[in-house]
Amino acid sequence: MSTIAEPHIRLPEGSIEKTTTTLNLGPTHPATHGVFQNIVELDGERVVSADQTIGYIHRAFEKIAERKPLYQITPLTDRLNYCSSPINNIGWHTTCEKLLGIKTPKRVDYLRIIIMELARIGDHLICNSIVGVDSGAYTGFLYLMQYRELIYEIWEEVCGSRLTTSIGRIGGFERNFNDIAFQKLDKFLKEYPGVLKEFENLFVRNRIFMDRTIGVGAISAERALNYGFTGPNLRAAGVDFDIRVHNPYCSYEDFDFKVPVGTTGDCYDRFLVREEEMWQSLSLIEQAYQKVQEFKGEEAGVYHADVPEYYLPPKEDVYTKMEALIWHFKIVMGEIDMPVGEVYHSVEGGNGELGFYLISDGGRSPYRLHFRRPCFIYYQAFEEMVKGHMLSDAIILMSSLNLIAGEMDS
Amino acid sequence: MDRPVSYNIHQKALEKDISMAEMPEGSMGEGFFATSLDKVIGLARKNSIWPLPFATSCCGIEFMATMGSHYDLARFGSERVGFSPRQCDLLMVMGTIAKKMGPVVKQVYLQMAEPRWVMAVGACASSGGIFDTYSVLQGIDQVVPVDVYVPGCPPRPEAIIDGIIRIQDLVGKESLRRRNGQQYKGLLESYGIQ
Amino acid sequence: MPLTNEHIKQKLLEKFGEQVGNFSEPYSLLTFEASKDINLKVLNFLYDEPELKFRFLTTLCGVHYPEQKGKEIAVVYHLHNLEDNVRVRFKIYTDINQPDIYTVTGLFSAANWLERETYDFYGVNFIGHPNLKRILNVDEMDYFPMRKEYPLEDSTRIDKDDEMFGRGGTLGYGTEKTTHGTVPEDEKHDEGKPVL
Repeated sequence: MSTIAEPHIRLPEGSIEKTTTTLNLGPTHPATHGVFQNIVELDGERVVSADQTIGYIHRAFEKIAERKPLYQITPLTDRLNYCSSPINNIGWHTTCEKLLGIKTPKRVDYLRIIIMELARIGDHLICNSIVGVDSGAYTGFLYLMQYRELIYEIWEEVCGSRLTTSIGRIGGFERNFNDIAFQKLDKFLKEYPGVLKEFENLFVRNRIFMDRTIGVGAISAERALNYGFTGPNLRAAGVDFDIRVHNPYCSYEDFDFKVPVGTTGDCYDRFLVREEEMWQSLSLIEQAYQKVQEFKGEEAGVYHADVPEYYLPPKEDVYTKMEALIWHFKIVMGEIDMPVGEVYHSVEGGNGELGFYLISDGGRSPYRLHFRRPCFIYYQAFEEMVKGHMLSDAIILMSSLNLIAGEMDS
Repeated sequence: MDRPVSYNIHQKALEKDISMAEMPEGSMGEGFFATSLDKVIGLARKNSIWPLPFATSCCGIEFMATMGSHYDLARFGSERVGFSPRQCDLLMVMGTIAKKMGPVVKQVYLQMAEPRWVMAVGACASSGGIFDTYSVLQGIDQVVPVDVYVPGCPPRPEAIIDGIIRIQDLVGKESLRRRNGQQYKGLLESYGIQ
Repeated sequence: MPLTNEHIKQKLLEKFGEQVGNFSEPYSLLTFEASKDINLKVLNFLYDEPELKFRFLTTLCGVHYPEQKGKEIAVVYHLHNLEDNVRVRFKIYTDINQPDIYTVTGLFSAANWLERETYDFYGVNFIGHPNLKRILNVDEMDYFPMRKEYPLEDSTRIDKDDEMFGRGGTLGYGTEKTTHGTVPEDEKHDEGKPVL
């Protein structure tokens, strides 16, 4: 629990109360999605100050990563932003590929883009529907959760698991996408746009929703940049900074998509930016899907880069060929050392720039691995954004910032 | 390369449109039915459990999927999830509990009124999961007594529903005197709960 | 004209001369080191200089090198110039017995919690920080867990047996007992039993 120096703040003359009321929006609260605590000082219903305490789900990822070889860190990265875990996985794999100097073939890149954009749709879908739930509209959440099930089915076909996927390997994917996966992708691409349009009709021009979210938690572009905002929160404030455009990774430069930008940075702008990003992600998936279908013959079977040192050989070869057996042994027993060096690589996660700073000293596991977690960095601005608003606005502000506790306390 | 779907391919015809709860044993007559009290109370309690979802991390998202329309949890009587421990019967702890959060779980448990049940959902709540570190509580049974553990990382919604069904079995078969008995008091003593 | 790593290096050497050094470009990201007293001055220079304009603090973290005596704890800043899309990495080193570093919270508000996290994990004392206390670990913790000498697991836990994981336990695998010298007298096995 955090200790506050003065329990109550004296209010100026002319206020209704003499000192403020302290309210503990504690770690277990229905409206905080994830465990973080806010001790707010209220003057009547207006928030005067807010003191945040986080760390209620600190799992020491960075210390665990110093013990594990590179491929075992993938399940850890899943649990960072668990609403869109493939983005974290693929971000980690691209960091390792940058360190090890591996270049992935185009088909792998396009398949990765399909998976990452599905994850981005999943993340924004949860965030927007939960903003709806917090303002009292439960129906939107139920409509959209159904389509998150379709996304789970696609991931399940590729990697076997629904939520914390650990999808892919260093160099590509663990298996080729089969026809069933592409059929499910077709089904999703056919059905989801209709539902998203329905959701938009419920919320975007809804008088009550607009009254609750316009003007709440506005932040200017200069303050946002100073606070280290990235992702939809920064784009809602007016700055078009998107890692997919500025430092493209995974062949994003071959695609044509727009980056939506807002003006005032309030909750309504964030909601609209996320909605538009979902439409852009759908267009990206369609373009990538078309490009994947253009690969014919030999190339249509490529699903990983040709790096025997880091990618496990198929089991039939391990049991029949000598060289595959030796590589399998070396990879699993950790005989292959990483090059010495340090690399920083970032990807555009659901909340912004998710960065991985990896220092390697040779050997099997990293010497130091630091995750640049966007939620942790922009939650600091909450106090500044919430001052002067009412208590119910504070709740909507918390959910529109898309705070995921797993990413905040690593 | 395509493996055919092998489970759940034969549609089972529904026997009736509505499934009814089994009648407990007892003696029937014209206008009356006599049975023991704990069977009736067990039957009533188990089909209307009000859970408190204590969702901390990834398992919480699977719980949201369980509450959604695909794997509907409401059909087991848990339509109303409450967030106030004073009004709930079942504490579902979903997700990793860090040492900082341990006292909070205990406080929430203490506020619940008897009879109360606890379900640990996920590997992290059952035993610490993959996080064998200095800051993670290795299972919530270090701080509160647990009735049902649901393994998985995260457990599929079907597994969470299986856990709820086992809780229902426990609730239905519980004796009315259990909460006042010596064994239960001893259990709470060992956790330091009065 | 585009902002190149060479150009940034020139400007830094012009302004600070001997105090910055150790320039390298791993994976084409300019990395340099400076002495810890001038960290705020260097960051201010990179922020204000009209050609450099590094106005976005991407991240700040600490690293522990127990072998480099006198320079055990490093603090690494990653900065980003959003207009020209150039990144730079800046490192400072400090002694573990006196880890005082000036805070940069005045310049970048994002550094507030990042410095608290570095304090929490490594014990770096940031001079001038508005609220330097633990952020992720429990407040009562009395050691700094990310330092290399502390183990990952909680040694007081009773449900998991360290011996099964090949560390600690009664025979002391992986600890001082078996890495230096012989097994103590009272734990010697007889000839027949195999030592694991």
